[in-house]
Amino acid sequence: MTAAAPSGSAISLVGVSKSYGDRVVVADLSLEVEIGELVAVVGPNGAGKTTTIEMIEGYRRPDRGTIRVLQCDPAGDTGRVRPLVGLMLQEGGIYPTIKVGEVMRLFSSYFQDPEPGEALLERVGLLEKADRRFRQLSGGEQQRLSLALALVGRPRILFLDEPTAGMDPRARLLTWEIVKENQAQGVTVVLTTHSMEEAERLADRVAILKDGALIAFDSPERLRGGSGPDLLHVELTEPLTPDQLDVVAHLTGVDHVQDRGRGSYDLATSEPAVVAVGLTSWLLERELSFNQIRIGRSSLEEVFLSLTEEAAE
Amino acid sequence: MSSLPLGTRRGSHGPQARAFSAQLRVELLLLLRQPENLLVILVLPVLLLVFFAGIKVLPSQNGPPIYFLVPGILTLALMSTGMVTLGISTAYQRYYRVLKRLGGTPLRRSTLVLAKAASVLLVELGQVALVLLIAHFGFRWEGKGAWWLLGILLLLGSFTFAAIGLTMAGGLRAELTLGGANGLYILFLVVGGIALPIGQLPTLIQPIARVLPAATFSSSMRAVMEGHGLPLLPFALCLAWAAVSGLAAVTLFRWE
Repeated sequence: MTAAAPSGSAISLVGVSKSYGDRVVVADLSLEVEIGELVAVVGPNGAGKTTTIEMIEGYRRPDRGTIRVLQCDPAGDTGRVRPLVGLMLQEGGIYPTIKVGEVMRLFSSYFQDPEPGEALLERVGLLEKADRRFRQLSGGEQQRLSLALALVGRPRILFLDEPTAGMDPRARLLTWEIVKENQAQGVTVVLTTHSMEEAERLADRVAILKDGALIAFDSPERLRGGSGPDLLHVELTEPLTPDQLDVVAHLTGVDHVQDRGRGSYDLATSEPAVVAVGLTSWLLERELSFNQIRIGRSSLEEVFLSLTEEAAE
Repeated sequence: MSSLPLGTRRGSHGPQARAFSAQLRVELLLLLRQPENLLVILVLPVLLLVFFAGIKVLPSQNGPPIYFLVPGILTLALMSTGMVTLGISTAYQRYYRVLKRLGGTPLRRSTLVLAKAASVLLVELGQVALVLLIAHFGFRWEGKGAWWLLGILLLLGSFTFAAIGLTMAGGLRAELTLGGANGLYILFLVVGGIALPIGQLPTLIQPIARVLPAATFSSSMRAVMEGHGLPLLPFALCLAWAAVSGLAAVTLFRWE
C-alpha cells in the first residue's frame, strides 16, 4: 500500500442511513472529508454522532448508502483499513488491570512500523506512570493513554470520539496540541465533541448533526457568518414580520440580514455603530422590545444552538 | 512465534504472528495477575484434591479415593480455567469495550481467539501437571490407561468449558456471567462426579446429573484412567456438549 495522493478524499459518505429498529439514527447523510482535513462532528445528544463515526470506523454497517475510507469499505475491507486508522472510543477500551507500558507494547505489536512507545507516552505525559495499571489512572490520564494508543500505528486517519471529555484544561490543551501536530503531518482527523471551543479551535470544518441529518457543514468562520467583527446581533422578544424584516434590511449601513430564528437576527454591516443607533431608534419607534443588541461576531456556540433549535421546530 | 524480523515480510502473516505472541503474553499475564483467578485455577482444585484424598468419606470399593478424585479434579481444573476464568474475564473485557477497541486494530479476531485459546491451554497444562504430580508424589497414584485418550478428553473438555464460558461472556451482561459461571461451577462441583460419586446423590437428581457436561467428562476420564477405554454413552454426550457449546458460543457471542 502506498500513501494516497496528498489531496483528495479521505472519507466519503453517500446517502448513508442507519436505523436501530424503528428509530432512525442517521438519515441520508452525505459528506466528504479531504485528506489532511480536520473535521469536528457536533450535535446534541442523540444526534447520531457516535453512530456516524462508528460506521466510518467500520464498527457498523449502514443500512443504505456507501462509505469509503481511503477508497476502501471500512466494514468489509478491514484488512486494508485497520492498519491505516487510529481511533479512540468514547470511553474504555483498555484492560482495567493492564499496566500503561504493557498495553503500549501490546498495541505496538499490532502494527508493521509502530511509533516508539516510550516517546508516545512521554508526549502524552504518562511515561512516569508506565507501571500504573489502567484503572489506577484518572479519567483524563485514561483518555491520554487512549490517544497515545490511537497514534501508535502511525495512522493516516484518526477518529476521536469526544477525546477531551473529562480532561482538565491543561490536559485538554495538550491533547489539542497533539491533534494539531498530527494534522500538520498530513493526518486526517475526524472528532466528535460537545465543546464548541474545541470545534472552533481545531476544526477546518464543522459538521453539525441533528436527528441524524447533516444540517450544516462548513468552516467555523463561515458558520459564524460574516467576515470580521462587523456584525450586529439582535435578539427581539418577538420575531419580525416579513415586512418589518424588509425595513430592517434597508436600514442605513445594513448589508445583509440573516434570520437566526426565534427573533434572533444577525445584521452584516461595515458600520455596526451606525446600524446599532438606527436599529435601536427604529425599534423604539415601533415599540418593539428586545433582549439584547450586541456588536461582534456570533460565537459558534450561538450558531450551533440556533441551528439545532431551528431544526427541532 | 518469537522474533520475526520487522518489515521484511509480504502479506500479513508476520504481523499476525507477532501480534499473537504479544497477545498471548498479555492474556496469560492478566489471567494470572488476578488473585481470584489463581484461587479458582490452582488453590481450589489442589485443596479439594488433597482434602478428599486425605479423609475417608469416599466409598473405597474401587481402591484408594485418589483414583476416583484425579479425573474429577482434572475436570474441575478445566471448568476453573475455561468456564470461570476465561468466561468472566472475557465478559468484563466486553463490558469495558476492550474487545471492541481491539476490533479497531489490525489484530484479527481469529488471532485474538487463538491467543485466548493458547493461554487457556497453557494454564490447563500447568494444572494437569500439578494435579498429577501431587497425586503421584503425595498419594502414590499411578497412571493407568491410554494417555492419548485422556489427552483427547482433556482437549475436548477444555473446548467445551471454554465455549460455555464464552457463550455467557458474549451473550450476557458481565454481572450475570460472573454469577452464572460461579453458580454453574458450584453446581458442577457438587453434581458432576468431581469429588462426590453421582451414585451418592438423591436418586431423582442422578439421571440429570449424569448428562451434564461435568459428569460426562469426569466419568469418561475416570473410565479411561481405569483402563476401560472410552465409555460409549458418556463420550457421545461429551461430543454432543462440545458441539452444542461451540455452536452456542459462535452464534450467541456479541463483541460489543
